[in-house]
Amino acid sequence: MDFTRYSVDQFFDEMFAGGDEPRAHYRRLFEALKNLSEEEYQAKQKAVDHAFLRQGITFTVYHDQEGTERIFPFDLIPRIIPAREWAYLEEGLIQRVTALNLFLEDLYHDQKILKDGIIPRHVVDSAEHFRPEMKGVKVPQGIYVHICGSDLIRGADGGWYVLEDNARCPSGVSYMLENRQAIKRAFPRFFPRAGVAPVANYGDELLKVLRHIAPNNNPDPTVVILTPGPYNSAYFEHCFLARQMGIEIVEGRDLIVQDDRVYMRTTRGLQRVHVIYRRLNDDFLDPCVFRRDSMLGVPGIMRAYQAGNVALANAVGTGACDDKVMYYYVPRMIKYYLDQDPILPNVETYLAGEAKDRQYILDNLDKLVVKSANEAGGYGMLMGPKATKEEIEEFRLKIIDNPRNFVAQPMISLSRVPTWSKEHGVAGRHVDLRPFILYGDKPRIVPGGLTRVALRPGSMVVNSSQGGGSKDTWVLREDDAPAEEGSAAPSQSI
Amino acid sequence: MLSRVADCLYWIGRYIERVENTARLLEVNLQLMLDFDSNDEGAETNWQAVLQTTLCVKSFYEEHQTANNQTVTDFLTFNRQNHTSIISSIHAARENARMIRDQITEEMWEAINELYHFVRESNAEAVWHDDVYTFFRRIKGYVYRMQGLTHSTYVRKEGYKFMQIGQFLERADQTTRILDLKTYLPLPETQSVGGVADGAGWVAVLKSSSALDAYLHVYPADVQGSQVAEFLILSPDFPRSLRFCLRQIDQHLRALSGTGEGFFSNPVEKAVGRLRAEVAYTTREEIDEEGLHHFVDRVQRTLNEINNEIFETYFALPAFDLEKEIARFLPETRPMQSQSQTQGTQSQKQG
Repeated sequence: MDFTRYSVDQFFDEMFAGGDEPRAHYRRLFEALKNLSEEEYQAKQKAVDHAFLRQGITFTVYHDQEGTERIFPFDLIPRIIPAREWAYLEEGLIQRVTALNLFLEDLYHDQKILKDGIIPRHVVDSAEHFRPEMKGVKVPQGIYVHICGSDLIRGADGGWYVLEDNARCPSGVSYMLENRQAIKRAFPRFFPRAGVAPVANYGDELLKVLRHIAPNNNPDPTVVILTPGPYNSAYFEHCFLARQMGIEIVEGRDLIVQDDRVYMRTTRGLQRVHVIYRRLNDDFLDPCVFRRDSMLGVPGIMRAYQAGNVALANAVGTGACDDKVMYYYVPRMIKYYLDQDPILPNVETYLAGEAKDRQYILDNLDKLVVKSANEAGGYGMLMGPKATKEEIEEFRLKIIDNPRNFVAQPMISLSRVPTWSKEHGVAGRHVDLRPFILYGDKPRIVPGGLTRVALRPGSMVVNSSQGGGSKDTWVLREDDAPAEEGSAAPSQSI
Repeated sequence: MLSRVADCLYWIGRYIERVENTARLLEVNLQLMLDFDSNDEGAETNWQAVLQTTLCVKSFYEEHQTANNQTVTDFLTFNRQNHTSIISSIHAARENARMIRDQITEEMWEAINELYHFVRESNAEAVWHDDVYTFFRRIKGYVYRMQGLTHSTYVRKEGYKFMQIGQFLERADQTTRILDLKTYLPLPETQSVGGVADGAGWVAVLKSSSALDAYLHVYPADVQGSQVAEFLILSPDFPRSLRFCLRQIDQHLRALSGTGEGFFSNPVEKAVGRLRAEVAYTTREEIDEEGLHHFVDRVQRTLNEINNEIFETYFALPAFDLEKEIARFLPETRPMQSQSQTQGTQSQKQG
């Protein structure tokens, strides 16, 4: 492949420190790719795309009649993270998920953090996904966020930042696993020598977490996945995980609550269910408590949950941490609950709800990224530096109208990884990283994550719904061979 | 096993079998039509018989003026509005498989998915241009692969049994319908029963059931109407005969509930056992006496009833009234203003 015209521009490039010299942990891959003809590369890419289609590794696109399923575009050039850097990320993420769990437990019980004035009470009271129904409810093993997908980015300085936490129903882990399968098939000779840590045990780890929270420490619980159904964009993932774990996938209509216990309807009558990995948001979970019109959920399931007869992962009410205003306070939570400094920093954030910050935001809309507190998928955002005057004015009114609902951050130049496209050959494209943190007997992270890549030139939006794709994420088992040190620029001061 | 999952598996079995039958029916009749002159009026009436067999004469003529090789191929293969078309059946099988992907093997899923993509990327014009027989052979090949992979990768538990019940019920239905094809095949005026054209029609019936070789093995060089009917209905060993299919359905059903041979534990087992016994104790003469068409018609009605009984016994979720359910937990709440919605199980119509 031709890297001669590749330019890192002013961005942090994961593969090149600058010029055409690859970073130490990328050197072997770089040599391998260089020796690959463009035709060979294309043939591999084509084979992978075809395999994805054949296996039905697709996501559902809403409001699109024909071809409602699409392949999540996959780029063959992996994103590589050396061992010591991963160790740092792992430590930071575990610290973060630990604090988030302590926060949720506190939030739904004593609310000490509010009483001590660390987080203003009004922020919680106005949080869209705070669930008063969870006050005083004891959740199994005291764990709220069992599966957390925190999005990490790397700025122009090469430093890592947490962009947001997904503490409700984070998706994408199936692509992490399928991407690995695909890349092994594409590089069957190179991959075994690359020293990549395996990710395939994610399903086992997840099942352990789910069994860990069984009510009354039931040693042989029935565990199921609850899906909104085949029309949900992540349905492929729900099935994928059910298969990996060998458990049933159920829809709301398959479940029924009797005597505050949950049962599924089988060909042999009702069968008790103990643990539910639910991929259905709180709003739709129980029409008796949340949205009255939801046909997706299970009437009475909250009562069974509150009575301790069924465990839900994630717990109800974890959306309070997904709130981008609450995100602002996570470093303070870490300090408050763990008495530690945050290992992974937040992106600098301004709260439109605070008068001083609001003024700053309104004065600098053309320089900032403005986000709605509770929107996901790249919706409800203003990218100030790229927005038109009209868009900026529209957001100004929205912010003034409902300041609690907006936060702003400086535009971060996400790092880039060489990515192949038909039109431009190999060119730098922006990426982020979503590792999946599991919390059972203790927090664990399978070494890897979903690297999402913005395929459009110049775009920083990596969401699949907005033209994003993905890459395999390689966490190296050890840092590169000593012989190769010295000639390489240090990848990052951590 | 979840009732919903069992329902999907049953229908995957049916739809996949239906795809193969329709492909075969078309392939054979396309061959048969080669015996007609292109301007022969017989071609149209013969195609009408095929459309009659697949129960879509009316809907066909809403879209097409004449029934010829290409219009019928298009209607029975690629027309998505036609619920009995090959593409509709494949799509339905795949949707059912997609819903329960976690419950079938990866091999089975990929076989269905590949079939889906193969048909989706084809169209009648190109198929006719290239090689229509190869096209149908490939479709059948995908189906055999799917059925073979089911046989060799799927655990022999409930799910397998539901699929087999679906497959054999569909096959019983198709075999009897193909037999009925002859009822609609007109005889040219100069011909008579037992004449050359009559013989060709019965050969087509046998071929349409993949039964010609098996039949000739029993009755060498002697293709006769009532013998063909006897073979396709009463043969104990031929895997597409009505009798064979009923035995499979009966055995799988009783295996589900653990009921012994000759006994029944629910209405569906009773209905299947009764029909199985009736067919086993029927003779060619009795069918001739009743009239083939009448006999087939009666069997088909019973097969439909069996289908409905299976649904009631195993798949039907109780009618679900959201407001009533909510009231069960919150008796103090008043119903919402909007009318209560009821959600029955989605009914998956049979073609």
